[in-house]
Amino acid sequence: MHRRSFLHHSLRATAGSAALQATGRLWATTPAAPDARFLLVFLRGGYDALSLLVPQERQFYSDVRPAIAVPQASLLPLHPDWGLHPALLPSVWPLAQRGQAAFVPFAGTHDTSRSHFETQDNIELGADTTPGAARDFQSGFMNRLAQQLLPGGPTAVASGASALAIAFTEQLPLTFRGRLDVANASLKQLPRAGDNAALQAAIAQMYRHHPLGPKVDAAFEVRDQLAQDLGPEMAAASRGAISTKGFELEARRMARLMRDRYALGFVDVGGWDIHANQGAASGPLATRLDELGRGLAAFADEMGEPAWQRTVVVVLSEFGRTVRQNGSRATDHGHGSVYWVLGGGLAARGGAGAVAGEQQAVAHNTLFQNRDLPVLNDYRALLGGLLARQFGLSPAALAQVFPGATPRDLRLL
Amino acid sequence: MADRRTWLCQTAGLAGAGLRGLGGLGFSGVAALSGCANLPASGLARLPSPSPGTDTDGAYRLANRLSWGANDTELARLARLGSAGYVQAQLQPEGPDGLPAEVQAQIDTLRIQRQTPADLLVALDAQRKAADALPAEAARLAAQQAHQKALNDLAREAAHRHLWRAVHGQHQLREQLVWFWLNHFSVFQYKGQVRALLGDYEERAIRPRVLGHFRDLLGAVALHPAMLVYLDNPQNSANRINENYARELLELHTLGVDGGYSQRDVQELARVLTGHGTHSGNPADPPPKLKPEWQPLYQREGVWEFNPARHDFGAKQVLGAPVASRGAPEVAEVLNRLAAHPATARFVSGRLAHFLLGEPPPPALAQSLVQAWQRSGGHIATVVAALVAAPEFLATRPQRVKDPMRFVVSAVRAAYDGAPVLNAQPMAQWLNRLGQGLYNRQTPDGYPLAAEAWTGTGQMAARFEVARAIGSSASGLFKPGETAVALRERPGFPQLARLLYYQHMQRLMGDGTRAALAQAASPQDWNTLYLSAPEFMHR
Repeated sequence: MHRRSFLHHSLRATAGSAALQATGRLWATTPAAPDARFLLVFLRGGYDALSLLVPQERQFYSDVRPAIAVPQASLLPLHPDWGLHPALLPSVWPLAQRGQAAFVPFAGTHDTSRSHFETQDNIELGADTTPGAARDFQSGFMNRLAQQLLPGGPTAVASGASALAIAFTEQLPLTFRGRLDVANASLKQLPRAGDNAALQAAIAQMYRHHPLGPKVDAAFEVRDQLAQDLGPEMAAASRGAISTKGFELEARRMARLMRDRYALGFVDVGGWDIHANQGAASGPLATRLDELGRGLAAFADEMGEPAWQRTVVVVLSEFGRTVRQNGSRATDHGHGSVYWVLGGGLAARGGAGAVAGEQQAVAHNTLFQNRDLPVLNDYRALLGGLLARQFGLSPAALAQVFPGATPRDLRLL
Repeated sequence: MADRRTWLCQTAGLAGAGLRGLGGLGFSGVAALSGCANLPASGLARLPSPSPGTDTDGAYRLANRLSWGANDTELARLARLGSAGYVQAQLQPEGPDGLPAEVQAQIDTLRIQRQTPADLLVALDAQRKAADALPAEAARLAAQQAHQKALNDLAREAAHRHLWRAVHGQHQLREQLVWFWLNHFSVFQYKGQVRALLGDYEERAIRPRVLGHFRDLLGAVALHPAMLVYLDNPQNSANRINENYARELLELHTLGVDGGYSQRDVQELARVLTGHGTHSGNPADPPPKLKPEWQPLYQREGVWEFNPARHDFGAKQVLGAPVASRGAPEVAEVLNRLAAHPATARFVSGRLAHFLLGEPPPPALAQSLVQAWQRSGGHIATVVAALVAAPEFLATRPQRVKDPMRFVVSAVRAAYDGAPVLNAQPMAQWLNRLGQGLYNRQTPDGYPLAAEAWTGTGQMAARFEVARAIGSSASGLFKPGETAVALRERPGFPQLARLLYYQHMQRLMGDGTRAALAQAASPQDWNTLYLSAPEFMHR
């Protein structure tokens, strides 16, 4: 049976069937299914996608990037048309070789402000931006998705159902704001469990009839859960386990929590807005890619089987950068980007599967406004197609998440 | 209930007696005791009303909104001056900052107060070169770390000075606006040498102009080395354009993202900005080698320089009009255009009102502020005066959560009213913990003004931790740093049950909060609950 029709068939079957579980490819297929995991990694600052995914057709690329072109000899051979930045050799490259990483070039939004903040907000809201469409600046698409995934369905929001979702950030990101209360907790430092139950109860009492009441209760609950779940890490560390740091450590903590508790996760990674001296095969941008890649690989590793089989990670950024280098051996704000899709159950098998979506040559005559990569793959269509597939969302449910968007299934799952 | 009053009164008495020696606390200590004697009404009766015809709740809101947070000292100042006089004094700050002598003495010893940024850069550069030249690896690493520490210390000094003034300064509106404009023209401390330039940026570019004309403030900020370095303008030169600064100057500092500029305007403004950069700071360094016709155009002041060899002298067009001047003065011409633009009036006055109100101004108020801006040629104090005079300013409205800065400063102002905070580092750390550290926003948009940005579960959990830290011990606030002038008595934990509480907060509190406070097991817990209460968490 063709894999795609098999999946379609299985969507209609019961989620918990033992036969399907035996395939090791079971996806959560109804909102009630507890197994699927989706992590959104937002690279804030607009990373230079053309340094990540490099055209194999070199002439134009090298001409317009004399100081920052990633050398051909250093590229990882992802695809006949595209090479991958060498910084990902120890981390994401092994995943790609197993068919667990795919890249979508020419991806992004139709926002042309080239403003970090405007474009980030637009992506996080995921709203229909066609003129006349209603917009709600307090409703992010990840919140709407979390509503669809409630065991009781979206109507359970009113009865105070708790979201199977969490942001691993210091502040709750726009994408998780909305009708459903979603928790947030930065994992850069380990939370400590509360040590004064009476005081905590008294604080909760003060907020009992306050609009922030549910948040206050959740704040204590999540903090104690995190301390409990991540507690063993401390013990492991003291036994001389491998010491990790930075985003890699954070990503391991994220995986441990998502594996056991949360269907949806969000994290952001900053520092991509490099307007001067970005480097090429090595340098500041390569260092960032290395750190990010190691975190993503650690996330996959810590998820472990079988959870990684049911996990999808999407890495995106608000926009790409100028195709031509700027006056400071770096790049300025551009348009089209490259999105990453990782997961143990990806259908990608190297070769043509590792690069997906509409594509065209990177050349003088294909640039958007004579400076940027064009957007051929709309982020809402792309994410919508992916999420519908992963979570088995009906068209009506998907229309709640991305109103007015037409999902496009890139057949990555 | 009787038990609780007893220990509150005892603590008040102890704290009053213990702190009186520090000076400046006599009023609050005595007042708190008098409140205890007759809870709570007679405590109220003993205070003069702020001014005839003004209700006490209105007075509280006025003081609370024009300052970083009402406390007994602020309310007494309002009572002394009357509402009109108080507003006037805040809009036109005159005289010294009014810091306690011990705190002012600490500020006076700071390196950023005694050395210019040019001197700092020269000294730091020499320190770095000497460190790099050390042959032995261990000694070299230690010396390089010392150089980094010296840079960090300069940023830390700026943060401490900022927080000392926020807690103790008598010109509270000015102190609030210093924070607001620093955030509007945000720079990130860890970019390049910004740590060495921060103190000067805040002190000499921003602080003197926070209530003046926006054009003057914009001019002082726009070419300050801290801003130029932060947004990569030293790398922006003729035929090697870097758009970073130009875009943020239009989007974030003046017109706003919907202000009607185009990608072409960004590129043209980047060309206008070419040539403005920094140099070593050493006046003895010779100017760069230049063609004879460019030599008279070279300019340098402090760390800033204009290098004509890097400037694009070609014709330019910004916002549909040509730039008439040539060379360094082009920037001033374009800043005039941007400052006078209606989009700037709307965007910037809207942000100012959002900050002071805690929520975006309703459309009619926003429109009247734009008019005040345009009538006054962008005079900030005039716009603020129009806002304060509007009924919305003093109206009770849906409560908005304080951002971390307002929470931490208002808590310390309430907790240690009159007791000089000798060490501001704990406050700086609380702000970092709550995600709003000074000079620590990596991106140029500054911290969000919207209250909704500060109500996540992670934030709430951290808030309660900080409330407990402030409420249950002195947390090092009275442990002087290396530069302390004298060792002082150190209060154990603060006294929050003061006039502010008896006169105002107590009446604002809901049943849940009253019940929780009534059951507090200790004065430390009572303090923690008070600072954690929804009524204190909101402005």
